[in-house]
Amino acid sequence: MLAYIIRRMLYAIPILIGVNLITFLLFFVVNTPDDMARMQLGNKRVTPEAIEKWKVDHGYDKPMTTIFYEKSVKLFVFEFGAAEDGRDIANEIATRMWPSLALAVPVFLVGLAVNITFAMFMAFFRATYLDFWGVVMCVAMMSISTLFYIIGGQYVASKVWHLVPISGFDSGLEAAKFLVLPAVIGVVAGIGSGGRWYRTLFLEEMSRDYVRTARAKGLAESAVLFRHVLKNAMIPILTGAVVVIPLLFMGSLLSESFFGIPGLGSYTIDAIQAQDFAVVRSMVFIGSLLYIAGLLLTDLSYTVVDPRIKLE
Amino acid sequence: MRIVLILLLFLAGCEGVWNDPYGESTRRGMTLYSSFIDRPKHLDPVQSYTEDEAKFTQQVYEPLLQYHYLKRPYELIPLTAVEVPKAREIEGGRFTVYDIRIRPGVMYQPHPAFVEKNLKLDPSQVKSLKSPYQLPLGTRELVADDYIYQIKRLAHPRLHSPIGGHMNEYIVGLPEFGKTLKAADKGGWLDLREFRLEGVERVDSHSFRIKVRGSYPQFVYWLAMPFFAPVPWEAEQFFAQPGMVEKNFTLDWWPVGTGAYMLTENNPNSRMVLERNPNYRGEPYPSQGEPDDAEKGLLADAGKTIPFVDRVVFSREKEGIPYWNKFLQGYYDSSGIGSDQFDQAVRMSIEGETGVTPEMEERGIRLSTSVATSIGYVAFNWDDSVVGGQKGGESAERARKLRQAISIAFDVEEQINIFANGRGIAAQGPVAPGIFGYREGRDGINPVVYDWVDGKPQRKSLEVARKLLAEAGYPNGRDARTGQPLVLYLDTVSRGPGDKAAFDWYRRQFEKLSIQLEIRTTDWNRFQEKIRKGATQLFRLGWNADYPDPENFLFLLYGPQSRAKNQGENASNYRNPEYDALFERMKNMPNSSERQKIIDRMVEIARRDAPWIWGSHGKEYSLRHSWLANDKPNNMARNNIKYLKVDTEKRAALRAAWNKPILWPLGLILLALVASAVPAVVSYRRRERMAARPA
Repeated sequence: MLAYIIRRMLYAIPILIGVNLITFLLFFVVNTPDDMARMQLGNKRVTPEAIEKWKVDHGYDKPMTTIFYEKSVKLFVFEFGAAEDGRDIANEIATRMWPSLALAVPVFLVGLAVNITFAMFMAFFRATYLDFWGVVMCVAMMSISTLFYIIGGQYVASKVWHLVPISGFDSGLEAAKFLVLPAVIGVVAGIGSGGRWYRTLFLEEMSRDYVRTARAKGLAESAVLFRHVLKNAMIPILTGAVVVIPLLFMGSLLSESFFGIPGLGSYTIDAIQAQDFAVVRSMVFIGSLLYIAGLLLTDLSYTVVDPRIKLE
Repeated sequence: MRIVLILLLFLAGCEGVWNDPYGESTRRGMTLYSSFIDRPKHLDPVQSYTEDEAKFTQQVYEPLLQYHYLKRPYELIPLTAVEVPKAREIEGGRFTVYDIRIRPGVMYQPHPAFVEKNLKLDPSQVKSLKSPYQLPLGTRELVADDYIYQIKRLAHPRLHSPIGGHMNEYIVGLPEFGKTLKAADKGGWLDLREFRLEGVERVDSHSFRIKVRGSYPQFVYWLAMPFFAPVPWEAEQFFAQPGMVEKNFTLDWWPVGTGAYMLTENNPNSRMVLERNPNYRGEPYPSQGEPDDAEKGLLADAGKTIPFVDRVVFSREKEGIPYWNKFLQGYYDSSGIGSDQFDQAVRMSIEGETGVTPEMEERGIRLSTSVATSIGYVAFNWDDSVVGGQKGGESAERARKLRQAISIAFDVEEQINIFANGRGIAAQGPVAPGIFGYREGRDGINPVVYDWVDGKPQRKSLEVARKLLAEAGYPNGRDARTGQPLVLYLDTVSRGPGDKAAFDWYRRQFEKLSIQLEIRTTDWNRFQEKIRKGATQLFRLGWNADYPDPENFLFLLYGPQSRAKNQGENASNYRNPEYDALFERMKNMPNSSERQKIIDRMVEIARRDAPWIWGSHGKEYSLRHSWLANDKPNNMARNNIKYLKVDTEKRAALRAAWNKPILWPLGLILLALVASAVPAVVSYRRRERMAARPA
């Protein structure tokens, strides 16, 4: 197992270098160092000398290969450096990670529980009017844009009913009143696709022989579902769920933006808009690292839920 | 069911407002609630230049001068200076000297940089800090050396001042000073007091002198900007200590000033808080203004000591919908008006007068409007072979007529009505209203495009435009020599599918003359690159004034400022020897009838040559709640917060009335959930009791 983990971690190195290289090339095709300097210095009264000075000061006056080397190597030891506005990126990430998690974790956990429960409910009542209307509801819900849920939720819960603030954030327990609405919306918005996906998994499991055997020996349907079907459906559930756990750190772009939550979700998009390569590079690096970690965690979790699987 | 009822009773028992986004700590004293969209990039006065940043820096930093809050046209008055400095020419006009005396007794805000032991902090001490204000705080008096220090910072090798290059041309010795600093810079704190800058001389503790190359009357306007605000050397030394940058404790993020407010909370991702500077000396509220200011209640506090507001909470709002709804709920004291909200907020009478809608009126919301000191235009590239004016002779004359014809056909008034909800006025030349040199009424119309009919300007008919087009050699939009249709290219930045309507409208303006318009969209960087290289034919651009002087608009057409040749601000690369000669004379003159005459002639030349379709001057609309007093739009400065006043009791009462929580829908939802579970439970029980599953 340990050898497997080490091997997978070593595989990650060329992947991360490749991701870094592609990010670097894509970014520099669209934004030359001159463009970045102009963006940072403003568009008025910028002299060629000022642009040169900025490039020299930020290390963008060198050949591209040198810039790539100098800017990328430090990422592997988690030295992200400073954003173009001078703020320390590591400090920013450490600060903004918590608001992202405060929203993403409840949405993930509650969403998972709600989706699985709803899917089992539909599977339990399969081929009845409850299942039929459940599926219709799922299709309808997954057809609606997330933006609609957000704007509609803000309009109804905050503007009409005055129950929670429309947007904003605070530290500590005060944050709860700002997180209720985005969390509820996050869960509701995911029910459609999540419920259908898990229903399909459960129905597939329910057609297996062991389910028929369980029923034949007189087990209650609830016992069949929770004790046998759920357990055997864990591998596909884990495939979808565990891989996203590390990415919860990255936050949600849309929700954070509309609800004014100062998380990591909007950090990258702000950086792209500001042509802040230092931040974009760091966030892409962290994103790919977390994704690789998620895939590894998924593989490891298989061994937990299915003793037949051995990682070698 | 019992739980649901208990929950509902509990919720019904809860009183007060639930959707208030602010904590209790912000409600002490008189607090103003405002917002910001983009996080500021720089709060260091030597680097900061955008309006988003100015709303913070201009409350904290005090340059030597400021604009009178109420008077229009804009008038410079002293802030920390004793008087507005007068230019004094020396050496036969080779140099100009400004002698500046600052007021005694002006104190800095409380700050740890003014406590000596804080300048030698242990890195572990720094690491444990959450805010620099956790350290012991001190203060000291403002001295002339602080202004000198800041002027020296314009040339700092590690700071990137947007006006550094511009000031190099004027402040004597600044370029050489920059080279000296670069050679001396070894990283860490660079103590600028050790280096002499020739053009800035200390006279005594409260006086100094700035020596400028040649004559540059507009220099005093720069003295009203944060670029010329004082920076204490202690602040630089304090923030240069090890561990500070890693904690984001820098002068760029924690300004240190003498202004009415100090930045006490700095979270540009979410919230910035300004609090009253306890060391602020106070200033009397202005007692003079425009004729209708008294009627508007803007002189009610005349002579009273400002500031009135104790605290300002700026919340970050990236999206327009939550921002607007929070304003309507009373959680922001004032607001701009987005296009989506315009119809909800503003109504226009048949006579063209603007006011708020009954919905806004019911809430006591008031509207303020002001014409921005800016211009948006469509430029013709002067170096282009079809629309430009470079070739001279008959060819130049043809191109001029083509530009004039297009200027007539391009219906700016319609554009303002369709795309800006009527918020703007058609430009008659390069100078914006409110700036010396701008002429109102009949004398101010552009005779190339307008006639004066029934007491107002009327756009010339399309017949006139078509005649000009034919004279230009393109009858019915076809080249008379080749018979080919005339195709022109407009470069612009695309912001998404929403631009389609605007682009279609642009095409229609040219189609009026049977000219085909191809729109080439690109991103901002490539667009700027094309303009820099002169690889455009027509393009859209705009300009916001730095200061209220006609030079700041007329230089946009000054030949030596050509973008393609000299990387200047003349993006259309327009050149006219007479215009350039007049500009040289006009730029150094004080406002006078003689200067007006020169400006009139320059504007006349520009109108005739038509290097731009003159476009429009935007009109800014802003709303404020009835509890906010003394709010007057100011396009030149953002240091307005010290004049504002809030009736906090009225605000609290109205917020409570507007935001009573409505609870019955929650109960209904709970009941619906319970009710929807009933058939499932019944069905489940029935199935569990069945002997066997049906086949």
